[in-house]
Amino acid sequence: MAKIDLIVRRAKLDGKEVDIFVSKGKIVEVKKSAETIDAGDAKVEEAFGLTVMASMTDVHVHLREPGFEYKEDVESGLRAAAWGGFSNILCMANTKPVNDDDSVTKLMLEQARKFWPKGPRLFPIGALTKGLKGEELAPMAELAEAGCAAFSNDGVPVKSTELFRRAMEYASDWDKVVIDHCEDPYMGVAAGVNEGVVSSRLGLPAQPDMAEALQVARDVLLAEYLELPIHLAHISCRKSLDLIRFAKERGVKVTAETAPHYLVLTEDYLENEATEYDTNAKVNPPLRTLDDQNAMLEGLNDGTIDCLATDHAPHAAHEKETEFDVAPCGITGLDTALSVTWQLVKDGKLKKEAFTRAWTTAPCEIFKLPVNTFQPGDPADFFLFDEAEEWTVEPQALHSKGKNTPLLGTTLKGRVKTHFIQGKKIV
Amino acid sequence: MKWLHKDLLDVSQLSKSEVMSIFETAGRFQELQERPVKKVPTLKGRSVILFFAEPSTRTKTSFDVAGKRLSADTFSLAKSSSSLTKGETLKDTALTLQAMAPDAIVIRHWCSGAARFLANRLDCAIINAGDGRHAHPTQALLDSFTLHQEWGDLAGKTILILGDIAHSRVARSNVILLNKLGAKVRLCAPRTLLPHGVKHWPVKVYSDLNEASKGVDAVMCLRLQLERQKDGLLPDLREYSRTFGLGQRHIDLANPDVKIMHPGPMNRGVEIASDLADCADSLVLDQVSSGVVTRMALLFLYMTRKGEE
Ligand SMILES: [Zn+2]
Repeated sequence: MAKIDLIVRRAKLDGKEVDIFVSKGKIVEVKKSAETIDAGDAKVEEAFGLTVMASMTDVHVHLREPGFEYKEDVESGLRAAAWGGFSNILCMANTKPVNDDDSVTKLMLEQARKFWPKGPRLFPIGALTKGLKGEELAPMAELAEAGCAAFSNDGVPVKSTELFRRAMEYASDWDKVVIDHCEDPYMGVAAGVNEGVVSSRLGLPAQPDMAEALQVARDVLLAEYLELPIHLAHISCRKSLDLIRFAKERGVKVTAETAPHYLVLTEDYLENEATEYDTNAKVNPPLRTLDDQNAMLEGLNDGTIDCLATDHAPHAAHEKETEFDVAPCGITGLDTALSVTWQLVKDGKLKKEAFTRAWTTAPCEIFKLPVNTFQPGDPADFFLFDEAEEWTVEPQALHSKGKNTPLLGTTLKGRVKTHFIQGKKIV
Repeated sequence: MKWLHKDLLDVSQLSKSEVMSIFETAGRFQELQERPVKKVPTLKGRSVILFFAEPSTRTKTSFDVAGKRLSADTFSLAKSSSSLTKGETLKDTALTLQAMAPDAIVIRHWCSGAARFLANRLDCAIINAGDGRHAHPTQALLDSFTLHQEWGDLAGKTILILGDIAHSRVARSNVILLNKLGAKVRLCAPRTLLPHGVKHWPVKVYSDLNEASKGVDAVMCLRLQLERQKDGLLPDLREYSRTFGLGQRHIDLANPDVKIMHPGPMNRGVEIASDLADCADSLVLDQVSSGVVTRMALLFLYMTRKGEE
C-alpha cells in the first residue's frame, strides 16, 4: 500500500463518520472512523463535527482578466472558488482582449499558476468566433493546444445558424464541446428581465422565455443533425427544459446547466417593495416565473439538466448602482452557490444525488476533468464543511471582488472551513 | 391631515382616501386660481429642484408654476444643458442634489425605476414626474382630478385609453388610479403597442376602436411616438390614424356627454382628429389647469408632511 501522507479524521460523509486516507494527492481508502489510528508521519486533519464533500466543478464563470480586473481577476476569482468549494473552474472568453488567441489563454493559466499553484484548477474556455463577433471561426486548434477546455461565444451568441453549425463541426475536430448561450439574437436581447406580468408593470424592456427556447430548439436540432455534443449554458425556463427532454429521448448528445439563482429567485423579486428595480437581479437570462423555477428543480432531479453552474458574473459596484436600463447583466455566484444549493437539499427540494451529480460527476464527465467520488485512485479533492454555520451575505463576507448579488443581506447556512485539492490544503 | 408618504413614486402607493384628500387640496387651490393674486406664502423658504433628465417643457413648467404659486423657490436642472449631469452617474447627480438640501426633487427620467433610485438614497421628498415607461403619477392624478371636477364620483364610469399603451407611463398610472376610483377601464391599441402582460391588468382590451368607443364616458388619447414605425411596431402613420386615430365617428358611438382628453403634446391628425381636440367636450385645456393645482396640492402635502405647516 502507498505511503499515506494525509489522514482526515472523523469527517461526516453521507451521514457516516469516516477517516479518509490520502497518498500523493489521491484517495487511498475511505473507511468507518476508528477509535484511534497510527498516523505514522502522515499529516492528520481533525474534522470532527464537519461534513466532507467532494470538491465541485463550475463550468461557467467570468473571471474578467485580462481587461476588467477592477471587476474580478484570476487571483480573486480563484480565491472565491477555493472558499466556495470548487476545485475546477471553467472561465468564459469575453475578456478584453477576448480569449481568441493563445497568448490570452496562456496569460490566464499563468496567473492561476502564480497565485493558486495548488488549485483550484483553471480551464479557460476559448472563443468560438474571433473577437466573439460571430463572423469568423476562432483558431480552435491553437487555443486547445494552449489549454482551452471548450469553446463558447457566451455573452454574444452567434447570430448565424450557418456559422454556428460550422463552429460546432470545427470544434469537434479538436474533440471539444461547444457551449451555447441560448438567446434569440433579436428578441429582448440582454434585457435582463423576463417578459410577463412584472416587466409589463415595471415598464421595462424584457426578454420572453421563448427567446431562450428558440435557440435551444435550434441547438438540439443541429446536434442531432451533426451527431455532435452540445452543452447548453444557464437554462432558465420550462420551455427549454421540455425541448431538452425531448432531444435526450431522441438520443441527442445534449447536456445542460442551470444556475443557483434560478432555483431560489423569480421575477417577483423585482416587484417587491424593498427590492423594486434592484439591478443586482438584472441577469441574462433573466429570473423567470415560479413555474420555471419548479421546472429547473424537476430537471435537475430527473437528470434532464445535467449540471449546476454559477454563471458567476462579477461587476463593480458603480456599474450596478445605476439606472436599471443602464446596468450590466450578471450575478456573482462562487461564494454563495454551495450554501444556496445545499439548503435546497436540506429542504428536500433538490435530491442529494442530483446535487452531487450536478456539481461533480456530470460536469467532469462532459468536459473530461478530474473528479473525486471518494473511490481509491480518485483525486483527493474535497472540502470540510460546517453545515450549521450561519453567515450573512455582506460585501466583506464575499471573496470575489464582485458583490453584485440579490442575496445581499440574506442569511445562509453552511461554510467551507478548509479545502484540499490533490491532498494539499489550499485554504 | 398628516401626510404619511415621503415620496410619490406611483399612484399604487396611495389609498383611495389619500387620493381624495389630494383632490380636496387641489380643489382649494383651484379657487385660489380664480383670484387676481394667485400666489400664497405656504411654502415660502422651501426649495424644489426640478431635475429633468428627459426634456419636457409642459410638465416642468407646470411644476414650476405650481411651486412658485406656493412661494417655493424652484430650481431647474436639465440634463442636456447642465454640466452637472454630463457624463455623471445618476448616483453622483443624486448625491450632488442632496448636498443642495432641497425640500423636494421632482424627477423626470427616461429610465423606469429612476425615481425609486433617488427615493432610496435621498432624504428629501421625491416626486416622480415620469420615469421611463413605468409611472407618471402626477399626470394620472391630474387626469382623474379633471374628471372628478366634471363628474364628482368616477365610480361606474367607463374610460377608454387609446394608443401606445406599451410604452406609456401615463397609461400605466391611469389604469391603476382609475381602477382605484372605481372606474371601468378599456384599452384600445394594436397588439404591437400593448404590453405582453396586459392580460393580467384590470382592463378590457380592444383591437377595434369602434367597439371600444361604444358607450364610453371619456376617451384618453395617448401621444404616439413617431419612431414606433422604425421600431417595426407600425407600418406607417397613415394606417395608424385610419385604424386607431380618434375621429368623430367614434365619438358618435360613445356616451353623448363623452369627454375627450389628451396629456399633450398632441399629434393632431395622427392619434386624434384635429377638430376633436378643440370641441366643446374636449378637456385638454382643463387638464393643463388641473395640472397646476394638482401639483400644487402634491408639493404642499409632500413638503409639509412633518406637520410643520
Ligand atoms: Zn451567458
